[in-house]
Amino acid sequence: MRAYQDKKNVQAKAYYNDRFYVSPQIPKEEVSSDEIFAKDVKDLESAFSVKEAYIQRGQLVVYINADDNLKVMEFLRDKLQYNFLSELSAIDWLAKSGEFEIFYQMLSTSKRKRMRVKFFIKEKEEIKSVTSVYKSADWAEREMYDMFGVRITGHHYMKRILMPDDWHDHPLRKTYPLIGDEEAQWYEIDKIFGKEYRDIIGPEERDSARIVEKDTHRFARVKHEVPFGAEYSDEETQTEYQEEGGIPIVRKLKKSDVKILKERP
Amino acid sequence: MQKVNRLQPFFENLVFEREDNRMIVNFGPQHPSSHGQLRLVLELDGELVTKATPDVGYLHRGMEKMAENMIYNEFLPTTDRMDYIASTSNNYGFALAVEKLIDLDVPRRAKVIRMLLLELSRITSHLFWIACHALDVGAMTVFLYAFREREYAMDLFEEYCGARLTHSAIRIGGVPLDLPKGWLNSLTEFINKIPAAIETYEGLLDQNRIWKMRLEDVGVISPEMAQSWGCSGPMLRGSGIAWDIRKEEPYELYDEVEFDVPVTDRCDCYGRYKLHMQEMRESLKILKQLIPMYKETKPELMADAPRYISAPKEQIMTQNYSLMQHFVLVTQGMRPPVGEVYVVTESPKGELGFYINSQGDPYPYRLKLRAPSFWHTSILQDLLPGQYLADVVTMIGNANIVFGEIDR
Repeated sequence: MRAYQDKKNVQAKAYYNDRFYVSPQIPKEEVSSDEIFAKDVKDLESAFSVKEAYIQRGQLVVYINADDNLKVMEFLRDKLQYNFLSELSAIDWLAKSGEFEIFYQMLSTSKRKRMRVKFFIKEKEEIKSVTSVYKSADWAEREMYDMFGVRITGHHYMKRILMPDDWHDHPLRKTYPLIGDEEAQWYEIDKIFGKEYRDIIGPEERDSARIVEKDTHRFARVKHEVPFGAEYSDEETQTEYQEEGGIPIVRKLKKSDVKILKERP
Repeated sequence: MQKVNRLQPFFENLVFEREDNRMIVNFGPQHPSSHGQLRLVLELDGELVTKATPDVGYLHRGMEKMAENMIYNEFLPTTDRMDYIASTSNNYGFALAVEKLIDLDVPRRAKVIRMLLLELSRITSHLFWIACHALDVGAMTVFLYAFREREYAMDLFEEYCGARLTHSAIRIGGVPLDLPKGWLNSLTEFINKIPAAIETYEGLLDQNRIWKMRLEDVGVISPEMAQSWGCSGPMLRGSGIAWDIRKEEPYELYDEVEFDVPVTDRCDCYGRYKLHMQEMRESLKILKQLIPMYKETKPELMADAPRYISAPKEQIMTQNYSLMQHFVLVTQGMRPPVGEVYVVTESPKGELGFYINSQGDPYPYRLKLRAPSFWHTSILQDLLPGQYLADVVTMIGNANIVFGEIDR
């Protein structure tokens, strides 16, 4: 019997796990261990509710409320001098808790510090766009919507960015199939020719290395050759040789018989 | 978007019978100077751009998805295909991110070799940039000259790792190969050859009337705009903000070598052109300092971390446990600790960041690639309105965008 696979997460998984293996953790340091970060968190806490804050590998990580995102960004830019939003994206935890984790990666060039602002949202919850604070969020939010289906309000041009506009599903979700995507194999045929041509053309061949024995357009079988595009046949091909009075294919070439022509006949 | 009647031609770019002087032009995706597959929908008033909408995604290969389904070592060659002009910088960015994740220190010789490759790829990238940019603007000679010099750098790469474009010459935990015999001599020759070449380009371009007319005061990015749009690298330093990750958050041995960070507050394309030229000189300076540093190092090339990195080949062939560990690492992959890192490096184009979220599995749970070109393309929608159609090409070329990186 085939092993059961959880449809909520169809990504590659380790085929062997040691029962007694405990993963080590990257240490989370106290915020108070860094002066600048300690002050930043203190300032943040005075204006917003901070759920959790720690330092990991030299960068501050702060968890906030999802509703506060726009205001926190404004605060970070204007009060705490985090002048760059260098990255923004989501992490899919739908299989585990039905949530997305959103992170904003910030940089302050004056303090030479990087921090990460994070929060959780439910699958269909909407978040506010931060494009009014950092314009760099423009494409990053579009990508987040494209890849995860995170809904964003207040964006001036919310449209898919990397995938085609009418694409089905969001590719970076853990539920998105790795191969055998029903919608994808018909996408180009539907788009270019129309649905009615599905029977004539057939699904898109997704395995580029597949060999189709009966396809005489792209494949030839040794000793069963047929003309290009002709019907497949199982009969052995008759090969004629010059020595036996056939077409000019020489079975064995003798050097003494070779004539070099001066001109093309 | 095209609809319903699919077999009918659809002219979304042509608006017939209009009385005003407005037109919508589809720039690309097959335009020779769109540097790949960039489609720009430009709304023109006469020759003035009133609105620009960049459209990307034609080279989307889903690298982040691929990364989530590959073990860490498997994904490394894929990063070559991001910024394929300087692939070593991507390999390095990824390797460094994983090394930060597992908290690994790399042997000194590997660090020196990595820096040699990184700076060499920076020069390759800048040479390619000046070549294509000059060609876009109409200076064919510079294109031919710069490609010749780029070939010398590619030969050096070929001599080291066998590949010219997709190197994969950096591994997680070090480098796989030592420098071949005589490589440093070839490098010295290269270092001596390039300054004269840069002078040639500058001689051709600096005071060139056409070049100046087409670059000066074109594509002005104010410091506020650069910050808000998340610019990095030469695009940021061209706006007067001195921020070079090699200097500010030094990795490898960048804190041991001496180099300057060229900055200009001209904010226009010409300023950024001068910046690229200067950066090549600084890279040469770093390369020059690395040669004696290399000679002082011990011959170790890979970090000693049996939990994550395979032992050297000799050890694998002689010691049973090393062989077992190697087998496990190749078939199952390393299992980094649980946690997340965001690691940045200064790639030739700007800030190249890798965000890795690890749940202790051999596959990253989430890997986000922060490619500088993506952000530099998004600024076009703010930069192009108010400019002339002819300057669009200059600005795209000047932004140094590479589509392998934008679409990932």
